[in-house]
Amino acid sequence: MARTLKLRIWRGNDKDGGLQDVTVEANNGEVVLDIIHRVQATQMGDLAVRWNCKAGKCGSCSMEINGKPRLACMTQVSAYGEDEVITITPLRAFPVIKDLVTDVSFNYKKAMEVRAYEHPTDLAPGEARMQQVDVERSQEFRKCIECFLCQDTCHVIRDHEENKKSFAGPRFFIRIAELDMHPLDTLRNRKQSAQEEHGLGMCNITKCCTEVCPEHIRITDNAIIPMKERVVDVKYDPLRWLGSVIRKREGIL
Amino acid sequence: MTQQAERYKYDIVVIGAGGAGLRAAVEAREAGLSVAIVCKSLFGKAHTVMAEGGAAASMGNVNEKDNWMVHFRDTMRGGKFLNHYRMAELHAKEAPDRIWELETWGALFDRTKEGKISQRNFGGHEYPRLAHVGDRTGLELIRTMQQRIVALQQRDGRDTGDTEKMIKVFAEVTITEILKENGKVAGAYGYRRENGQEIVFEAPAVVIATGGVGKTFKITSNSWEGTGDGHALALKAGANLVDMEFLQFHPTGMVWPLSVKGILVTESVRGEGGILTNNLGERFMFKYIPDVFKDKYADNEAEADRWYVDQDNNRRPPELLPRDEVARAINSEVKAGRGTEHGGVFLDVSKRLSAEVIKKRLPSMWHQFYELAGVDITKEAMEVGPTCHYVMGGVEVDPDSAAAVGVDGLFAAGEVAGGMHGSNRLGGNSLTDLLVFGRRAGMGAVEYVKSHGANPVSDATIEKAAAKIAAPFVSTGGENAYTLHTELQEVTHNLVGIIRTGAELSEAIVKIAELRKRSAHISVTGDRMFNPGFHLVFDLDNMLLVAESTAKSALAREESRGGHTRDDFPGMNSIWRQVNHISSFDGNQVNIKAQPLPVLPKELFDLFDVHELEKYMTPQEIAKGGSN
Repeated sequence: MARTLKLRIWRGNDKDGGLQDVTVEANNGEVVLDIIHRVQATQMGDLAVRWNCKAGKCGSCSMEINGKPRLACMTQVSAYGEDEVITITPLRAFPVIKDLVTDVSFNYKKAMEVRAYEHPTDLAPGEARMQQVDVERSQEFRKCIECFLCQDTCHVIRDHEENKKSFAGPRFFIRIAELDMHPLDTLRNRKQSAQEEHGLGMCNITKCCTEVCPEHIRITDNAIIPMKERVVDVKYDPLRWLGSVIRKREGIL
Repeated sequence: MTQQAERYKYDIVVIGAGGAGLRAAVEAREAGLSVAIVCKSLFGKAHTVMAEGGAAASMGNVNEKDNWMVHFRDTMRGGKFLNHYRMAELHAKEAPDRIWELETWGALFDRTKEGKISQRNFGGHEYPRLAHVGDRTGLELIRTMQQRIVALQQRDGRDTGDTEKMIKVFAEVTITEILKENGKVAGAYGYRRENGQEIVFEAPAVVIATGGVGKTFKITSNSWEGTGDGHALALKAGANLVDMEFLQFHPTGMVWPLSVKGILVTESVRGEGGILTNNLGERFMFKYIPDVFKDKYADNEAEADRWYVDQDNNRRPPELLPRDEVARAINSEVKAGRGTEHGGVFLDVSKRLSAEVIKKRLPSMWHQFYELAGVDITKEAMEVGPTCHYVMGGVEVDPDSAAAVGVDGLFAAGEVAGGMHGSNRLGGNSLTDLLVFGRRAGMGAVEYVKSHGANPVSDATIEKAAAKIAAPFVSTGGENAYTLHTELQEVTHNLVGIIRTGAELSEAIVKIAELRKRSAHISVTGDRMFNPGFHLVFDLDNMLLVAESTAKSALAREESRGGHTRDDFPGMNSIWRQVNHISSFDGNQVNIKAQPLPVLPKELFDLFDVHELEKYMTPQEIAKGGSN
């Protein structure tokens, strides 16, 4: 039943740190977060790790396991070979606070920069009528649990601190897409602002974000590419450009 | 104190950033007051996110016969008439408005064919009543509230140039104490989990919205945050807890593999047609329909199955009985040796719905079982068993204002507040409870602040609060917080669990007191930088107080009702229905006193068939016919 597991856990803070070897028992069916908790309770009482629900629903226990951005609560130990050493490191795109905990405030700053939903002023509570098929497009993006794994893996910011200022990242492209496709939102020009204010143009659709998404949201195909196509349509089609100037209030539909 | 504490002034401090806390904050801000929102986790990770099935509100979108009176009756029945009637009434009346309001903030619920908000069936609800988004309704609720806070901050940013001028979120901060001056609330004291930096909040009103106590137990659907912080903070501040013996064991938690034991399997699985069977293949719930529900639940499979297509002419399947009934039934089957290999029973939805429909209506469940247990629920049955899910007991409050009884300036809403759900909560009533009473707590706090003004914190009070935070680093007692927590969970699991006896509860009370003594000698390794061992010291102190309150209340109540089952007093007793148990803390231990339950007023009494009330009330109460 039980097996002995060899781990290498990154420990340290914003100044320095390194990998530490740990040997720990693991039971059948356990996930990496269980193992980290056992290490915490028996060997390293002050090992820092962020977690909450342990059911893949809150997106707190994001880290890198053998170099891949993952939720520790959804990563089965049995996925790794008997003799394989499992290396656990903090998210690389964000500054380390301590051990496996990083400062993810970048994401909350970006959230503040995306203009909120605007409800039609003439639509009273309870009066909204929407078809299921119309809400489903935005619902896909509202499945996001804000684990920020897509942000972590996105190479535009992963190794390029300088891009962070002008690039919101995949999490917020799906937020903008969600509002853009929301049947009731009245704020115009969301796609245009994605391009001009949030750095949509810097994304070169390598789909790394889609690959790591634990909710299997098709970030690139269903959010980023449709927005890019529409932005290009309007920007480079002279007739549409003229139309958008004339119908300035409506902007990009 | 290693360094000077950070110091902030607000009109209102809200502790907890789940549905109730955020709704209170929105209300306070809309009234023009400044608010600090303090939470132990990152913003948007609160336990509300775990709610799956939906939010109960009698909008009548699917069955137009539904209205607040039907909802009120269902809630009172579910709680076995121990609910505070006024809370159940306010909840039933205001829930639809709270759901519609979410839509004006951008929420996207699943729709009916006419384009209205769709509503689904759930245990104990007479009509389809739960607004939902697949099986991730809690996520939709928390995200909508979170985004509403951001929207208000953006508005403040445009108006004043500072997005955090009126609402500021203090994430990853633990509150260790409610501060009082002159007998009234003056603020709250805590520290940043990231680095141990201490913080003083000065505010004349504090709203506690900290959720539940699940981590007191070994098998629970709650995250690490559910350590009864608000319950304990309120007790220590001089407030009361009401009916702490009532804990909801959700009938369906995962039982295998070990690492996921306790994780919730949504009641929607049964709402969508899932059936429960034992290891003999027997659909056992038909054997467990209590007398009080016999006229509402089908006693044979044919009728139960017909109900899914014709609800007007058939009674409901017994899988949809209130949660306490189903949890006890599963417990009995397993104890009688008719359980599964891993000590649960089977829950199967694969025979009623196609794979495609299951993946659409229960996406997280499919995902959860496939990834964590290697089970494909579109093809095979799940193994499930009871898990500690929710505490009905909580801070004693005034229903209309959510003001905590006994402490001026203190308010409580959501799971941490008691009374609303009586002895057992219906599924779906929690999410609307958060919104209805979160808003009311916000309103109550606003009114209080406007009429009372500031109440400055003295240096002496701050020094006392700071000393408590420093203590575990100074102690050389050598006790380990993790070990004590595990021991406490063993005690509650074995002695204060789903089935209780007087002897076991007495033993638990002694053991909890011993653990509390030992907890004074906890030593912490490492420093203040994001140190989980240090954080657990405060969580553990809260859990010990909550466990003591639950064990003592449970010992006092000599009957079985809702989320409190006594093997030595198996029946429900109408005399006990008239009693609330009030916990208070004298600085050394929790004391319990009996207090009369508020009497149902005539207009609410008259909403019921008197023969139904006869099952719950004494002949004298029936003769009186309500309070006025």
